[in-house]
Amino acid sequence: MVEAARPEGRERQIWRALESVADPEIPVVNIVELGIVRQVRAGADGQLRVRITPTYSGCPATEVIARSIRDTLDQSGFADVMLETVLWPPWSSEWLSESGRHKLEAFGIAVEGGARSPVACPRCAAHQVERISEFGSTPCKAHYRCRECLEPFDTFKCL
Amino acid sequence: MSAAVEVGSAQVSLAERVEYLLRLADTSLIAGQRLAELLGHGPTLEEDLALGNISLDLIGQARLLLALAGRIEDNGRDEDALAFRRDAPQFRNMSLAEQPNEDFAATIVRQCLLDAWQLETYESLTGSREEALADIAHKALKECRYHWRFSAGWLVRLGDGTEESHARVSAALGALWRFTDELLTPDALDARMAVCGIGPAPSLIRERWDTRVSATLAEAKLPKPPHRHYPWHGKRGVHSEHLGHLLTEMQFLPRVYPGATW
Repeated sequence: MVEAARPEGRERQIWRALESVADPEIPVVNIVELGIVRQVRAGADGQLRVRITPTYSGCPATEVIARSIRDTLDQSGFADVMLETVLWPPWSSEWLSESGRHKLEAFGIAVEGGARSPVACPRCAAHQVERISEFGSTPCKAHYRCRECLEPFDTFKCL
Repeated sequence: MSAAVEVGSAQVSLAERVEYLLRLADTSLIAGQRLAELLGHGPTLEEDLALGNISLDLIGQARLLLALAGRIEDNGRDEDALAFRRDAPQFRNMSLAEQPNEDFAATIVRQCLLDAWQLETYESLTGSREEALADIAHKALKECRYHWRFSAGWLVRLGDGTEESHARVSAALGALWRFTDELLTPDALDARMAVCGIGPAPSLIRERWDTRVSATLAEAKLPKPPHRHYPWHGKRGVHSEHLGHLLTEMQFLPRVYPGATW
């Protein structure tokens, strides 16, 4: 008979399961890398909870993501785990992980990182870029153009 | 969640808390729906995307606020029931939000005046004693900042632009200015919310809104219209005919096919 996994073990397994949930609009990154998953923890009542947060208030992917998480938990033997949405602290691009950032850049999406790391063209790596619009094809992206290679590109915007 | 919030001797009822949240929620929802009408009709692709993205943010903020109102009310109405199954007199949005997209200038003026109000209101609401509202305000504030940059940027370009853009934006400002009185003049509910620490101090919002808007109007070379008191009370459920048309379109599907999902 297999012993029931200890809570810490289950938490780690849940994190691993959640890493298999891709962002529906930018499938190269998963929801853990995006910083959407805030916490996997058991409360005082022993109930395990996954806490997630939306990137932008109106992000249409939020519901799809919540459904995918629910399905993934159910199929991985975590049907008893509760899923909760929290708003505090609000999401910002600071929540993006290093691996998430690299995957986005390899996919052709630059990342606004403030003064720490200026936007670089994802094609030629030049820093001579200009912002065309603060708005792009999804709520989380702005539209840029490279002044070296002249290609336009999406940028994950700094909220 | 307790029904009443007590601060010193002042007490706010559950119904008043819900009513106040509906003012914020409905203003975002109706403004968001107005912008959604422009999808595919923006003057350029970039502006079309911008208006669509702002619309999404506003509707997302409205969902969070409506869901909170429904939880506090605790009477079985969720965000969808509140958005789709109320009639115009039950909506509590500011009258400015429902004004139509006469032209791009009217859209920009409406957004600009409203964005400045939302920005200052949410900034202040980050310290609200209604904790769930403070959480929403922190989230909304980040989005309101770039909404304002967009609309204020366009106000300046149109005002300080060509003869025609200046004429159009002046006309829009003249037509919409009267609705700003409602944003800035507190009624009894606004005053009670401020006393209880749930809502912002109305005098603070008026002062900051005025500073922000006046500076942008000056940059846009647009004279500030004279103050006009206008007996319009969208926040008390008395609306212009425009809201009825907007709701007819917005609510059609869930009204005709209750429970429809996709």
